[in-house]
Amino acid sequence: MSDIKITIIDREGEAHVVDAPTDMNMNLMEVVRSFELAPEGTVGICGGMAMCASCQCYILNFEHMLPEQSIEEEDMLDQAFFVQDNSRLSCQIPITEELDGLEVKLAPEAP
Amino acid sequence: MIKTDILIIGAGPTGLFAVFEAGLLKLKCHLIDALPQPGGQCSEIYPKKPIYDIPGFPEVLAGDLVTNLMEQIKPFEPGFTLGERAQTIDKQEDGSFIVTTNKGTKHHAPVVVIAGGLGSFEPRKPPIANIAQFEDKGVAYIIREPEVYRDKKVVIAGGGDSALDWAIYLADIAKEVSLIHRRKDFRGALDSVEKVEELSKIGKINLITDAEVTDLQGENELENVVITHKASASEKEIKETDYFIPLFGLSPKLGPIADWGLEIEKNAIKVDNAYDYQTNIPGVYAIGDVNTYPGKLKLILCGFHEAAIMCQSAYQRIFPDKKYVMKYTTVSGVSGFDGSKKEAKKEVVKSIN
Ligand SMILES: Cc1cc2nc3c(=O)[nH]c(=O)nc-3n(C[C@H](O)[C@H](O)[C@H](O)COP(=O)(O)OP(=O)(O)OC[C@H]3O[C@@H](n4cnc5c(N)ncnc54)[C@H](O)[C@@H]3O)c2cc1C
Ligand code: FES
Repeated sequence: MSDIKITIIDREGEAHVVDAPTDMNMNLMEVVRSFELAPEGTVGICGGMAMCASCQCYILNFEHMLPEQSIEEEDMLDQAFFVQDNSRLSCQIPITEELDGLEVKLAPEAP
Repeated sequence: MIKTDILIIGAGPTGLFAVFEAGLLKLKCHLIDALPQPGGQCSEIYPKKPIYDIPGFPEVLAGDLVTNLMEQIKPFEPGFTLGERAQTIDKQEDGSFIVTTNKGTKHHAPVVVIAGGLGSFEPRKPPIANIAQFEDKGVAYIIREPEVYRDKKVVIAGGGDSALDWAIYLADIAKEVSLIHRRKDFRGALDSVEKVEELSKIGKINLITDAEVTDLQGENELENVVITHKASASEKEIKETDYFIPLFGLSPKLGPIADWGLEIEKNAIKVDNAYDYQTNIPGVYAIGDVNTYPGKLKLILCGFHEAAIMCQSAYQRIFPDKKYVMKYTTVSGVSGFDGSKKEAKKEVVKSIN
């Protein structure tokens, strides 16, 4: 399996096109962390368990390709701030080939 | 003033295990934690989740790991200051430190160990522009003394257990309780949700769903909350209230420790790698998730390792003239400060020929 291209707009508004591996069992939050697109300790606090919302992002395209929201994800987004209709928890989005070309924007850090 | 040999900031797994390692060296520990219970992330975030990478435990619930750690350190009689955040550190002339909490409790020790993890858990504040201006003037993030709300108008925001529980509790005390939630569904325990619905039907709780508090108004004290409904975002509802209590859970923040003059990198405290985990301030150590060095891994296992190494160094700092030789607990046993003693019978050790 090959890498896919994902565009991630960081919290400063800068767009990064990254090559995300599809064969490492990674999720989008882990991609954000491994490319250091947000300061340490500000994304992925709960380690990807849909329990902190620090990994919230806005999906800018391809919404139909994403896995459905689980109840846990819905519940967490329900408690989070800056939530929009296109909000998702990036830790709940596994990197698969179908996501090639995905564009997302990191939600602001909660105060 | 609380006096101890090693003052540990953070009662997560790392801080707790440090008590055991220090105890083996006959050093007394006292722990400060902002949370009301020990256990750090394990207790606060995932007590019911199994952990699979604790050596010797194929599977252990995070909550049970904490219970076991508490049992293991019991003989060393650690002191606890819980529900208070370590706020300031003052170096004394003799090289020791005084650490004061946000509630003014003072602790004095020759060695300070920061085992603060991701930071102290603080209430998550909703992003309302002027909220800070009304803190303690009508806005509260934690309910400490429910009687304060007797015969007052209270607006609670949030959809989780604590928002539901407090709305139910205050329904009997306050003059008026409104519960504002962004969705129609609540994610709390089923019986709490049912109780809120029941109280709403009989007019004891004013339930406002699909809505958010987006602004606060008042001269000196809070007077009104401004509510935006999802259905008509342009129309705002103004609601008179004495108190606004947003309950959106806790999130960890490095907080005041960031201002202690410690070298910080990537939101963590820099320490000397694999030597003794001392910071740039001699006598102040950082262990567990809170520290960073090349190759750092944020795992419980690593925090335990760092605690053991740190204690050897702390011992030398406290007793520069004494030489301590590391011993196996299998050989030396464990002697608690409470007079308890654990020792293996000699015959259980097979001889090596
Ligand atoms: C969902 C989840 C799953 C995890 N799964 C695993 C796993 O399977 N295996 C594994 O090894 N690790 C796992 N971890 C990581 C593990 O929990 C951490 O490595 C571990 O908790 C670190 O322990 P600690 O004692 O260093 O810090 P913490 O557990 O973060 O404890 C730090 C404590 O310090 C307190 N504190 C901080 N600053 C102050 C202050 N100024 N004043 C007072 N108190 C303060 C905090 O309130 C907190 O209680 C997981 C983490 C999460 C969130
Ligand atoms: S990392 Fe915590 S919710 Fe995604």
